[in-house]
Amino acid sequence: MSDDIKKIMFTVRNAPHGTIYVYEGLEVKLIMAAYDADISVVFMDDGVYALKQGQNTDELGIKGFEKTYGVFVDYEIENVFVDKQSMEDRGMTVDDLLVIGEDEDTEAPIKPKVVDAAEIAAMMAEQHNIMSF
Amino acid sequence: MLHTVNKSPFQNSTLESCQRFINKGDVLLLIEDGVYGAVAGSAKSAIVEGAIQSGTEVYALSADLKARAITNLIAGVQITDYAGFVDFVEKHKTHSWL
Amino acid sequence: MKLAVCIYEGPYNHEASDSAYHFIKAAIDKGHEIRGIFFYHDGVYNVTKLMEPPQDDRHIANRWSELGATGIDIVVCIAAAKRRGIVDDVLVDNVRISGLGQLTMMAIEADRMVTFGD
Repeated sequence: MSDDIKKIMFTVRNAPHGTIYVYEGLEVKLIMAAYDADISVVFMDDGVYALKQGQNTDELGIKGFEKTYGVFVDYEIENVFVDKQSMEDRGMTVDDLLVIGEDEDTEAPIKPKVVDAAEIAAMMAEQHNIMSF
Repeated sequence: MLHTVNKSPFQNSTLESCQRFINKGDVLLLIEDGVYGAVAGSAKSAIVEGAIQSGTEVYALSADLKARAITNLIAGVQITDYAGFVDFVEKHKTHSWL
Repeated sequence: MKLAVCIYEGPYNHEASDSAYHFIKAAIDKGHEIRGIFFYHDGVYNVTKLMEPPQDDRHIANRWSELGATGIDIVVCIAAAKRRGIVDDVLVDNVRISGLGQLTMMAIEADRMVTFGD
């Protein structure tokens, strides 16, 4: 079984904070990262708002998660993608995106990888299961 | 792939978004409020019409259609039941467009 | 085929729980194995014995409990449940409270995973 590592994709399509889906979805990703699974996370539609850097939830009195996204790479969640059109539709560019970790050797910041719908569709087709979070 | 959509196209853009990620041979199944996307002659009918024209098989769940008194379906939309839903899942990996 | 089903919304408020139930019944009728059912987000409210719907309505918690009695593993996420005041004492029979590791195992072991939510 162990040499048959399953590909599991998470799709994040909700905006952060207005509902709990993104936050509780993050908890699932962190747990699943500890298991033998090949995880990828795709942010699309309003989910791209969850990747905006500079989020401050202090006045809402709710826990933010930008810091946790910032250590995705440390959790070995390295396959993080953002849908190009969803981002552009919302007036966002790569500059707006938060950092998910840093390169082990160069310490250069790592950002989610921008991909188009065709690439995402092709990745979806390869998955063992896809979870909507 | 099987794509399930459960939102009215008048409520949000899920149905429109989903179209961009559909590959040839994929199935689109409309359930719950998603079945409103299958209604002919609405301001949003073009989304499902376009999907059908580009070769996507589009189905609507009969229980949800009946509950909402929907009878005027876009030409080419097929009707299925929960048993059919299960068969699609058996045949395809599934993405639930929540 | 082994199927897993996730439910993200609470009972009555949203159709998700009903859709999931009908889907699972149809899958069982076709001879599929239900590897597990996982309640997450507000979905954890589906299996409390505190609910008492009018007699002419479906009893959502009892329905899940009856499915659980057939041996299907029905899991309520402990983190989501505790956050919402759902503890072991208020759960119907034949469901259990456990961690997200259970969801992970379902995602890995089931041939297909279907999610019902908002």
